[in-house]
Amino acid sequence: MNTAASEKVNVDAKLSINKFYVDEENAHIVLKEDVDMNEYRKLMVACPAGIYKLNKNGEVFFDYAGCLECGTCRILCGKTILAKWEFPRGTFGVEYRYG
Amino acid sequence: MADEAFDAIIVGGGIAGTVAAYLLAKEGMEVLLIERGNFPGSKNMTGGRLYSHSLEKIMPGFAEEAPIERKITRERVYMMTEDSAAGLDFYSGRLGVQGQDSYSVLRAPFDQWLGEKAESAGANIVSGICVENLIVNDGQVGGVVAGEDEITARVVILADGINSLLAQKIGMREEFKPHQMAVGVKELWELPASVIEDRFGCSDNEGTACMFAGSPSDGRIGGGFLYTNKESISLGVVATLSDLGEKTVPQMMEDFHNHPAVAPLLKGATLKEYSGHLVPEGGFDMMPRIIGNGVMVVGDGAGLCINLGYAIRGMDFAIASAECAAKAVLDAKQNDDFSAAGLQNYQKYMEESFVLPDMKLYRQFPHFLEGTPRIFDAYPKMAVDMLTDMFVMDGKPARPLMKKMMPHVKKIGIWNLIKDGWKGMKTI
Repeated sequence: MNTAASEKVNVDAKLSINKFYVDEENAHIVLKEDVDMNEYRKLMVACPAGIYKLNKNGEVFFDYAGCLECGTCRILCGKTILAKWEFPRGTFGVEYRYG
Repeated sequence: MADEAFDAIIVGGGIAGTVAAYLLAKEGMEVLLIERGNFPGSKNMTGGRLYSHSLEKIMPGFAEEAPIERKITRERVYMMTEDSAAGLDFYSGRLGVQGQDSYSVLRAPFDQWLGEKAESAGANIVSGICVENLIVNDGQVGGVVAGEDEITARVVILADGINSLLAQKIGMREEFKPHQMAVGVKELWELPASVIEDRFGCSDNEGTACMFAGSPSDGRIGGGFLYTNKESISLGVVATLSDLGEKTVPQMMEDFHNHPAVAPLLKGATLKEYSGHLVPEGGFDMMPRIIGNGVMVVGDGAGLCINLGYAIRGMDFAIASAECAAKAVLDAKQNDDFSAAGLQNYQKYMEESFVLPDMKLYRQFPHFLEGTPRIFDAYPKMAVDMLTDMFVMDGKPARPLMKKMMPHVKKIGIWNLIKDGWKGMKTI
Protein backbone atom coordinates (compact mmCIF):
# COMPACT_ATOMS: atom_id res chain seq x y z
CA MET A 1 0.00 0.00 0.00
CA ASN A 2 1.31 3.38 -0.84
CA THR A 3 -0.89 6.07 0.60
CA ALA A 4 2.02 8.48 0.63
CA ALA A 5 2.19 9.39 -3.02
CA SER A 6 -1.53 9.46 -3.61
CA GLU A 7 -2.42 13.02 -2.63
CA LYS A 8 -1.29 15.88 -4.83
CA VAL A 9 -0.06 18.75 -2.76
CA ASN A 10 -1.98 22.02 -2.68
CA VAL A 11 0.74 24.49 -1.74
CA ASP A 12 -1.45 27.53 -2.25
CA ALA A 13 -3.79 26.34 0.50
CA LYS A 14 -0.81 26.06 2.86
CA LEU A 15 0.56 29.46 1.89
CA SER A 16 -2.84 31.02 2.56
CA ILE A 17 -2.33 30.27 6.27
CA ASN A 18 0.84 32.39 6.34
CA LYS A 19 1.01 36.09 7.02
CA PHE A 20 2.20 38.05 3.98
CA TYR A 21 2.56 41.78 3.43
CA VAL A 22 2.68 41.76 -0.36
CA ASP A 23 4.45 44.72 -1.96
CA GLU A 24 2.07 45.32 -4.87
CA GLU A 25 4.23 48.06 -6.35
CA ASN A 26 7.52 46.30 -6.43
CA ALA A 27 8.27 42.73 -7.48
CA HIS A 28 11.36 41.53 -5.61
CA ILE A 29 11.91 38.67 -8.07
CA VAL A 30 11.68 39.22 -11.81
CA LEU A 31 12.15 36.62 -14.55
CA LYS A 32 13.97 37.37 -17.76
CA GLU A 33 11.93 37.84 -20.94
CA ASP A 34 12.91 34.60 -22.65
CA VAL A 35 12.88 31.86 -20.10
CA ASP A 36 14.85 28.69 -20.81
CA MET A 37 12.29 26.04 -19.87
CA ASN A 38 14.93 23.57 -18.72
CA GLU A 39 16.03 26.09 -16.13
CA TYR A 40 12.46 26.98 -15.22
CA ARG A 41 11.63 23.32 -14.59
CA LYS A 42 14.35 23.20 -11.91
CA LEU A 43 12.43 25.89 -10.03
CA MET A 44 9.11 24.13 -10.51
CA VAL A 45 10.65 21.21 -8.60
CA ALA A 46 12.72 23.05 -5.99
CA CYS A 47 10.72 26.11 -4.92
CA PRO A 48 9.18 25.24 -1.53
CA ALA A 49 6.35 27.70 -2.18
CA GLY A 50 5.60 26.22 -5.58
CA ILE A 51 5.29 29.68 -7.11
CA TYR A 52 7.04 28.74 -10.36
CA LYS A 53 4.11 27.24 -12.26
CA LEU A 54 2.76 26.66 -15.75
CA ASN A 55 -0.62 27.93 -16.84
CA LYS A 56 -3.20 25.89 -18.76
CA ASN A 57 -1.34 26.51 -22.02
CA GLY A 58 1.91 25.27 -20.57
CA GLU A 59 3.36 28.78 -20.36
CA VAL A 60 5.37 30.31 -17.55
CA PHE A 61 3.12 31.49 -14.72
CA PHE A 62 4.94 33.15 -11.86
CA ASP A 63 3.72 35.28 -8.97
CA TYR A 64 6.13 36.49 -6.28
CA ALA A 65 3.30 37.03 -3.77
CA GLY A 66 3.68 33.66 -2.01
CA CYS A 67 7.48 33.81 -1.88
CA LEU A 68 9.07 32.53 1.33
CA GLU A 69 12.29 34.46 0.54
CA CYS A 70 14.45 31.37 0.92
CA GLY A 71 16.73 32.02 -2.06
CA THR A 72 16.50 28.55 -3.63
CA CYS A 73 15.71 30.03 -7.07
CA ARG A 74 18.62 32.43 -6.77
CA ILE A 75 21.06 29.58 -6.08
CA LEU A 76 19.71 27.43 -8.92
CA CYS A 77 18.90 30.02 -11.58
CA GLY A 78 20.19 33.39 -10.40
CA LYS A 79 22.57 33.57 -13.33
CA THR A 80 20.27 32.07 -15.96
CA ILE A 81 16.61 33.03 -15.93
CA LEU A 82 16.26 35.54 -13.09
CA ALA A 83 16.55 39.19 -14.08
CA LYS A 84 16.32 40.27 -10.44
CA TRP A 85 16.38 38.72 -6.99
CA GLU A 86 16.27 41.07 -4.05
CA PHE A 87 14.77 40.98 -0.61
CA PRO A 88 11.35 42.60 -0.49
CA ARG A 89 11.51 46.19 0.72
CA GLY A 90 11.56 46.63 4.50
CA THR A 91 8.35 45.45 6.27
CA PHE A 92 7.13 43.60 3.14
CA GLY A 93 7.02 39.91 2.33
CA VAL A 94 6.41 36.89 4.49
CA GLU A 95 6.18 37.36 8.24
CA TYR A 96 6.69 34.26 10.31
CA ARG A 97 4.64 34.09 13.49
CA TYR A 98 6.27 30.82 14.53
CA GLY A 99 9.33 30.24 12.35
CA MET B 1 37.44 58.69 17.56
CA ALA B 2 36.17 59.63 14.12
CA ASP B 3 32.65 60.94 13.68
CA GLU B 4 30.90 57.69 12.87
CA ALA B 5 27.39 57.52 14.25
CA PHE B 6 27.89 54.05 15.76
CA ASP B 7 30.68 51.80 16.87
CA ALA B 8 29.00 48.88 15.16
CA ILE B 9 26.09 48.33 12.84
CA ILE B 10 24.71 44.82 12.67
CA VAL B 11 22.66 43.85 9.65
CA GLY B 12 20.07 41.23 10.43
CA GLY B 13 18.06 40.34 13.52
CA GLY B 14 18.58 36.63 13.60
CA ILE B 15 20.23 34.65 16.31
CA ALA B 16 23.77 35.78 15.37
CA GLY B 17 22.84 39.42 14.93
CA THR B 18 20.92 39.77 18.17
CA VAL B 19 23.61 37.98 20.19
CA ALA B 20 26.35 40.19 18.69
CA ALA B 21 24.26 43.28 19.50
CA TYR B 22 23.68 42.07 23.06
CA LEU B 23 27.36 41.39 23.73
CA LEU B 24 28.59 44.68 22.25
CA ALA B 25 25.93 46.79 23.97
CA LYS B 26 26.73 45.10 27.26
CA GLU B 27 30.30 46.33 26.89
CA GLY B 28 29.08 49.87 26.39
CA MET B 29 29.46 50.05 22.63
CA GLU B 30 27.11 52.17 20.55
CA VAL B 31 25.30 49.53 18.54
CA LEU B 32 22.61 49.67 15.88
CA LEU B 33 20.91 46.50 14.68
CA ILE B 34 18.88 46.80 11.48
CA GLU B 35 16.27 44.17 10.65
CA ARG B 36 14.33 44.13 7.37
CA GLY B 37 11.28 42.37 8.79
CA ASN B 38 8.84 43.92 11.23
CA PHE B 39 10.67 42.47 14.25
CA PRO B 40 13.78 40.37 14.85
CA GLY B 41 12.80 36.80 14.01
CA SER B 42 10.03 37.68 11.57
CA LYS B 43 12.01 36.36 8.58
CA ASN B 44 13.64 33.47 10.35
CA MET B 45 12.97 29.78 10.46
CA THR B 46 14.63 26.71 11.89
CA GLY B 47 13.87 22.99 11.93
CA GLY B 48 14.62 23.21 14.73
CA ARG B 49 16.63 22.54 17.67
CA LEU B 50 19.06 24.75 19.53
CA TYR B 51 22.02 23.07 21.20
CA SER B 52 22.26 25.28 24.24
CA HIS B 53 25.98 25.27 25.07
CA SER B 54 27.06 28.41 23.23
CA LEU B 55 24.18 30.58 24.42
CA GLU B 56 24.49 29.09 27.91
CA LYS B 57 28.03 30.46 28.04
CA ILE B 58 26.77 33.96 27.21
CA MET B 59 23.52 33.94 29.18
CA PRO B 60 23.78 31.24 31.86
CA GLY B 61 20.41 29.69 32.63
CA PHE B 62 18.77 31.36 29.63
CA ALA B 63 16.32 28.50 29.18
CA GLU B 64 14.56 29.46 32.42
CA GLU B 65 13.53 32.75 30.92
CA ALA B 66 13.64 32.40 27.13
CA PRO B 67 10.66 31.28 25.05
CA ILE B 68 12.08 27.85 24.35
CA GLU B 69 9.65 25.08 23.44
CA ARG B 70 10.73 21.74 24.92
CA LYS B 71 13.92 20.29 26.32
CA ILE B 72 14.86 17.39 24.05
CA THR B 73 15.39 14.22 26.07
CA ARG B 74 14.41 11.70 23.45
CA GLU B 75 16.19 11.15 20.14
CA ARG B 76 14.81 9.05 17.33
CA VAL B 77 16.47 8.24 14.03
CA TYR B 78 14.60 6.46 11.27
CA MET B 79 15.29 4.87 7.94
CA MET B 80 12.15 5.31 5.92
CA THR B 81 10.69 3.84 2.76
CA GLU B 82 7.41 4.86 1.20
CA ASP B 83 5.39 2.50 3.39
CA SER B 84 7.64 1.66 6.36
CA ALA B 85 9.95 3.16 8.95
CA ALA B 86 12.74 1.47 10.92
CA GLY B 87 13.98 3.44 13.86
CA LEU B 88 16.23 3.83 16.83
CA ASP B 89 14.79 5.35 20.00
CA PHE B 90 17.05 6.79 22.66
CA TYR B 91 15.71 8.29 25.87
CA SER B 92 18.08 9.59 28.48
CA GLY B 93 17.95 12.18 31.21
CA ARG B 94 21.60 12.76 30.35
CA LEU B 95 20.45 14.55 27.21
CA GLY B 96 18.92 17.21 29.42
CA VAL B 97 21.83 18.16 31.68
CA GLN B 98 22.43 21.90 31.73
CA GLY B 99 25.24 22.88 29.38
CA GLN B 100 24.77 19.84 27.17
CA ASP B 101 21.02 20.14 26.73
CA SER B 102 19.12 21.10 23.60
CA TYR B 103 15.75 22.73 23.03
CA SER B 104 13.18 22.83 20.29
CA VAL B 105 12.63 26.48 19.42
CA LEU B 106 10.49 28.63 17.16
CA ARG B 107 12.44 31.52 15.81
CA ALA B 108 9.83 34.26 15.65
CA PRO B 109 9.34 34.33 19.44
CA PHE B 110 12.89 33.25 20.27
CA ASP B 111 14.74 35.85 18.20
CA GLN B 112 12.33 38.52 19.33
CA TRP B 113 13.26 37.68 22.90
CA LEU B 114 16.97 37.85 22.06
CA GLY B 115 16.32 41.23 20.45
CA GLU B 116 14.70 42.43 23.67
CA LYS B 117 17.74 41.24 25.62
CA ALA B 118 19.98 43.23 23.28
CA GLU B 119 17.77 46.29 23.67
CA SER B 120 17.79 46.10 27.46
CA ALA B 121 21.58 45.86 27.27
CA GLY B 122 21.51 49.18 25.42
CA ALA B 123 21.48 48.23 21.73
CA ASN B 124 19.37 50.23 19.28
CA ILE B 125 17.16 48.06 17.12
CA VAL B 126 15.42 49.35 14.04
CA SER B 127 13.01 47.01 12.25
CA GLY B 128 11.34 47.27 8.87
CA ILE B 129 14.42 48.67 7.10
CA CYS B 130 16.25 46.70 4.43
CA VAL B 131 19.93 47.54 4.08
CA GLU B 132 20.66 47.68 0.35
CA ASN B 133 24.32 48.56 0.29
CA LEU B 134 27.40 49.18 2.33
CA ILE B 135 29.30 52.45 2.43
CA VAL B 136 32.83 51.73 1.24
CA ASN B 137 35.57 54.38 1.36
CA ASP B 138 38.95 53.38 -0.09
CA GLY B 139 38.19 49.72 0.49
CA GLN B 140 37.09 50.26 4.09
CA VAL B 141 33.47 49.55 4.99
CA GLY B 142 32.15 52.50 6.96
CA GLY B 143 28.43 52.01 7.30
CA VAL B 144 25.23 51.06 5.53
CA VAL B 145 22.88 52.46 2.91
CA ALA B 146 19.11 52.00 3.21
CA GLY B 147 16.96 53.95 0.79
CA GLU B 148 17.95 57.62 1.05
CA ASP B 149 19.74 57.11 4.32
CA GLU B 150 23.40 56.53 4.99
CA ILE B 151 24.39 55.54 8.50
CA THR B 152 28.05 55.37 9.44
CA ALA B 153 29.82 52.99 11.80
CA ARG B 154 33.36 51.88 12.50
CA VAL B 155 32.47 48.29 11.74
CA VAL B 156 29.57 46.46 10.10
CA ILE B 157 28.70 42.91 11.11
CA LEU B 158 26.83 41.07 8.38
CA ALA B 159 24.34 38.79 10.09
CA ASP B 160 22.00 38.93 7.13
CA GLY B 161 21.56 35.23 6.68
CA ILE B 162 22.26 32.56 4.16
CA ASN B 163 21.51 34.82 1.19
CA SER B 164 23.85 37.58 2.45
CA LEU B 165 23.57 39.76 -0.63
CA LEU B 166 25.80 42.34 1.05
CA ALA B 167 28.72 39.95 1.46
CA GLN B 168 28.46 39.23 -2.25
CA LYS B 169 28.19 42.88 -3.22
CA ILE B 170 31.49 43.67 -1.55
CA GLY B 171 33.16 40.58 -2.98
CA MET B 172 33.60 38.60 0.23
CA ARG B 173 32.09 35.55 -1.32
CA GLU B 174 31.00 33.89 -4.52
CA GLU B 175 27.49 32.58 -4.92
CA PHE B 176 27.06 29.30 -3.04
CA LYS B 177 26.70 26.28 -5.33
CA PRO B 178 23.63 24.00 -5.52
CA HIS B 179 25.56 20.99 -4.17
CA GLN B 180 26.46 23.04 -1.06
CA MET B 181 22.88 24.07 -0.40
CA ALA B 182 19.71 22.33 0.67
CA VAL B 183 16.21 23.69 0.76
CA GLY B 184 14.26 23.13 3.93
CA VAL B 185 10.49 23.23 4.08
CA LYS B 186 8.54 23.01 7.30
CA GLU B 187 4.96 22.67 8.44
CA LEU B 188 3.96 23.78 11.91
CA TRP B 189 1.12 21.66 13.28
CA GLU B 190 -0.76 22.73 16.38
CA LEU B 191 -1.75 20.11 18.97
CA PRO B 192 -2.57 20.31 22.67
CA ALA B 193 0.43 19.77 24.95
CA SER B 194 -1.16 16.72 26.59
CA VAL B 195 -1.66 15.03 23.20
CA ILE B 196 1.96 15.66 22.24
CA GLU B 197 3.15 14.25 25.57
CA ASP B 198 0.99 11.14 25.13
CA ARG B 199 1.96 10.49 21.52
CA PHE B 200 5.67 10.99 22.03
CA GLY B 201 5.94 9.62 25.54
CA CYS B 202 7.44 12.72 27.07
CA SER B 203 6.90 14.44 30.38
CA ASP B 204 6.03 18.11 30.90
CA ASN B 205 8.36 20.45 29.09
CA GLU B 206 10.39 17.59 27.66
CA GLY B 207 10.30 16.59 24.04
CA THR B 208 11.46 14.45 21.17
CA ALA B 209 13.59 15.02 18.09
CA CYS B 210 13.23 12.67 15.12
CA MET B 211 15.39 12.46 12.00
CA PHE B 212 14.42 10.46 8.93
CA ALA B 213 16.55 9.24 6.03
CA GLY B 214 15.12 7.79 2.85
CA SER B 215 11.72 8.48 1.36
CA PRO B 216 11.14 11.97 2.87
CA SER B 217 13.70 13.41 0.43
CA ASP B 218 12.53 11.02 -2.31
CA GLY B 219 15.48 8.68 -1.74
CA ARG B 220 17.94 11.43 -2.57
CA ILE B 221 20.36 13.48 -0.48
CA GLY B 222 18.40 15.05 2.34
CA GLY B 223 15.98 13.88 4.98
CA GLY B 224 12.98 14.56 7.12
CA PHE B 225 12.73 15.94 10.64
CA LEU B 226 10.19 16.23 13.42
CA TYR B 227 10.53 18.26 16.60
CA THR B 228 7.98 18.50 19.37
CA ASN B 229 7.27 22.03 20.55
CA LYS B 230 5.12 23.03 23.55
CA GLU B 231 1.85 22.98 21.66
CA SER B 232 2.89 22.19 18.14
CA ILE B 233 4.97 19.89 16.00
CA SER B 234 7.59 21.08 13.53
CA LEU B 235 7.63 18.67 10.61
CA GLY B 236 9.85 19.19 7.62
CA VAL B 237 11.94 17.98 4.75
CA VAL B 238 15.42 19.03 3.64
CA ALA B 239 16.63 18.32 0.10
CA THR B 240 19.98 19.12 -1.49
CA LEU B 241 19.56 21.40 -4.50
CA SER B 242 21.93 19.53 -6.79
CA ASP B 243 20.16 16.22 -6.25
CA LEU B 244 16.51 16.87 -7.02
CA GLY B 245 14.57 14.56 -9.31
CA GLU B 246 11.02 14.75 -10.60
CA LYS B 247 9.19 15.04 -7.30
CA THR B 248 8.68 18.62 -6.17
CA VAL B 249 9.82 19.77 -2.75
CA PRO B 250 6.26 20.70 -1.66
CA GLN B 251 5.14 17.22 -2.75
CA MET B 252 7.93 15.66 -0.65
CA MET B 253 6.56 17.61 2.31
CA GLU B 254 3.00 16.47 1.60
CA ASP B 255 3.99 12.82 1.19
CA PHE B 256 6.04 12.95 4.37
CA HIS B 257 3.18 14.18 6.53
CA ASN B 258 0.87 11.63 4.88
CA HIS B 259 3.33 8.78 5.51
CA PRO B 260 1.55 5.98 7.39
CA ALA B 261 4.14 6.16 10.19
CA VAL B 262 3.85 9.96 10.51
CA ALA B 263 0.19 10.73 9.85
CA PRO B 264 -1.07 9.22 13.15
CA LEU B 265 1.29 11.50 15.07
CA LEU B 266 -0.42 14.50 13.47
CA LYS B 267 -3.98 13.27 13.72
CA GLY B 268 -6.33 16.11 14.62
CA ALA B 269 -3.59 18.72 14.29
CA THR B 270 -4.11 22.10 12.63
CA LEU B 271 -1.61 23.56 10.19
CA LYS B 272 -0.53 26.96 11.48
CA GLU B 273 2.38 27.92 9.24
CA TYR B 274 4.27 26.80 6.15
CA SER B 275 7.85 27.99 5.86
CA GLY B 276 10.96 27.56 3.76
CA HIS B 277 14.65 28.27 4.16
CA LEU B 278 18.03 27.41 2.68
CA VAL B 279 20.48 25.33 4.67
CA PRO B 280 24.23 25.67 4.08
CA GLU B 281 25.37 22.05 4.01
CA GLY B 282 28.72 22.27 2.25
CA GLY B 283 30.63 22.55 5.51
CA PHE B 284 34.09 24.04 5.86
CA ASP B 285 34.79 24.04 2.13
CA MET B 286 31.95 26.46 1.45
CA MET B 287 33.00 29.02 4.02
CA PRO B 288 33.59 32.47 2.53
CA ARG B 289 36.06 35.07 3.65
CA ILE B 290 34.70 36.18 7.03
CA ILE B 291 36.79 39.31 7.62
CA GLY B 292 37.22 42.41 5.47
CA ASN B 293 38.16 46.01 6.14
CA GLY B 294 35.54 47.24 8.58
CA VAL B 295 33.34 44.20 8.09
CA MET B 296 32.75 40.65 9.34
CA VAL B 297 30.33 37.89 8.36
CA VAL B 298 28.68 35.70 11.02
CA GLY B 299 26.13 32.86 11.20
CA ASP B 300 24.46 31.32 8.16
CA GLY B 301 26.04 33.91 5.86
CA ALA B 302 29.42 32.43 6.75
CA GLY B 303 28.13 28.92 5.89
CA LEU B 304 28.35 27.83 9.52
CA CYS B 305 26.31 24.65 9.68
CA ILE B 306 26.92 20.94 10.10
CA ASN B 307 24.39 18.30 9.17
CA LEU B 308 25.39 14.85 10.37
CA GLY B 309 22.01 13.31 9.74
CA TYR B 310 21.39 12.50 13.39
CA ALA B 311 22.32 16.02 14.53
CA ILE B 312 21.94 19.29 12.69
CA ARG B 313 23.81 22.24 14.07
CA GLY B 314 23.66 25.83 12.91
CA MET B 315 22.30 28.07 15.61
CA ASP B 316 24.96 27.11 18.16
CA PHE B 317 27.58 28.03 15.54
CA ALA B 318 25.79 31.30 14.78
CA ILE B 319 25.84 32.26 18.46
CA ALA B 320 29.50 31.35 18.92
CA SER B 321 30.51 33.19 15.73
CA ALA B 322 28.67 36.27 17.01
CA GLU B 323 30.56 36.02 20.27
CA CYS B 324 33.90 35.74 18.46
CA ALA B 325 33.05 38.70 16.22
CA ALA B 326 31.94 40.81 19.19
CA LYS B 327 35.18 40.10 21.03
CA ALA B 328 37.14 41.05 17.93
CA VAL B 329 35.26 44.36 17.72
CA LEU B 330 36.18 45.15 21.32
CA ASP B 331 39.85 44.42 20.54
CA ALA B 332 39.70 46.54 17.40
CA LYS B 333 38.21 49.42 19.34
CA GLN B 334 40.92 49.21 21.93
CA ASN B 335 43.59 49.30 19.24
CA ASP B 336 41.65 51.83 17.20
CA ASP B 337 42.10 49.66 14.12
CA PHE B 338 39.05 48.40 12.24
CA SER B 339 40.91 47.31 9.12
CA ALA B 340 40.89 43.62 8.18
CA ALA B 341 44.19 43.30 10.05
CA GLY B 342 42.67 44.97 13.10
CA LEU B 343 39.73 42.52 13.02
CA GLN B 344 41.88 39.40 12.60
CA ASN B 345 41.10 38.28 16.13
CA TYR B 346 37.70 37.17 14.83
CA GLN B 347 39.53 34.41 12.97
CA LYS B 348 41.67 33.67 16.01
CA TYR B 349 38.71 33.38 18.38
CA MET B 350 36.91 31.17 15.88
CA GLU B 351 39.96 28.88 15.78
CA GLU B 352 40.11 28.80 19.58
CA SER B 353 36.39 28.09 19.99
CA PHE B 354 34.67 24.91 18.82
CA VAL B 355 33.46 26.58 15.62
CA LEU B 356 36.35 26.18 13.20
CA PRO B 357 37.72 22.99 14.77
CA ASP B 358 34.30 21.33 14.38
CA MET B 359 33.80 22.68 10.86
CA LYS B 360 37.21 21.24 9.95
CA LEU B 361 36.65 17.92 11.71
CA TYR B 362 33.53 17.23 9.64
CA ARG B 363 34.98 18.74 6.48
CA GLN B 364 34.77 15.50 4.48
CA PHE B 365 31.30 14.51 5.63
CA PRO B 366 29.32 16.49 3.01
CA HIS B 367 31.50 14.91 0.29
CA PHE B 368 30.87 11.47 1.78
CA LEU B 369 27.10 12.01 1.58
CA GLU B 370 27.33 13.25 -1.99
CA GLY B 371 29.41 10.24 -2.96
CA THR B 372 27.24 7.66 -1.16
CA PRO B 373 23.68 7.92 -2.50
CA ARG B 374 22.93 4.44 -1.06
CA ILE B 375 22.40 6.06 2.36
CA PHE B 376 19.23 7.71 1.11
CA ASP B 377 17.81 4.88 -0.95
CA ALA B 378 19.30 1.38 -0.79
CA TYR B 379 20.06 1.33 2.95
CA PRO B 380 16.61 2.39 4.16
CA LYS B 381 15.13 -0.27 1.84
CA MET B 382 17.55 -2.88 3.16
CA ALA B 383 16.74 -2.06 6.79
CA VAL B 384 13.01 -2.24 6.16
CA ASP B 385 13.28 -5.51 4.20
CA MET B 386 15.41 -7.15 6.88
CA LEU B 387 13.07 -6.09 9.68
CA THR B 388 10.08 -7.22 7.66
CA ASP B 389 11.61 -10.67 7.31
CA MET B 390 12.40 -10.71 11.00
CA PHE B 391 8.99 -9.75 12.28
CA VAL B 392 6.59 -11.19 9.70
CA MET B 393 5.32 -14.69 10.56
CA ASP B 394 3.38 -16.10 7.66
CA GLY B 395 3.13 -19.80 8.51
CA LYS B 396 5.66 -20.85 5.88
CA PRO B 397 8.52 -23.04 7.15
CA ALA B 398 10.97 -20.77 8.97
CA ARG B 399 14.57 -20.26 7.87
CA PRO B 400 17.58 -19.39 10.02
CA LEU B 401 17.84 -15.64 10.57
CA MET B 402 21.18 -15.42 8.80
CA LYS B 403 19.70 -16.98 5.68
CA LYS B 404 16.85 -14.48 5.78
CA MET B 405 19.16 -11.52 6.12
CA MET B 406 21.87 -12.32 3.61
CA PRO B 407 19.85 -11.80 0.42
CA HIS B 408 19.12 -8.23 1.54
CA VAL B 409 22.75 -7.56 2.29
CA LYS B 410 23.76 -9.08 -1.03
CA LYS B 411 21.48 -6.68 -2.89
CA ILE B 412 23.83 -3.92 -1.87
CA GLY B 413 26.94 -6.07 -1.69
CA ILE B 414 28.95 -6.86 1.40
CA TRP B 415 31.94 -5.03 0.04
CA ASN B 416 29.90 -1.86 -0.55
CA LEU B 417 28.55 -2.05 2.99
CA ILE B 418 32.00 -2.32 4.49
CA LYS B 419 33.35 0.41 2.24
CA ASP B 420 30.53 2.85 3.00
CA GLY B 421 30.71 2.09 6.71
CA TRP B 422 34.44 2.63 6.80
CA LYS B 423 34.35 5.79 4.68
CA GLY B 424 31.49 7.17 6.77
CA MET B 425 33.16 6.49 10.09
CA LYS B 426 36.30 8.23 8.95
CA THR B 427 34.40 11.43 8.18
CA ILE B 428 32.66 11.76 11.52
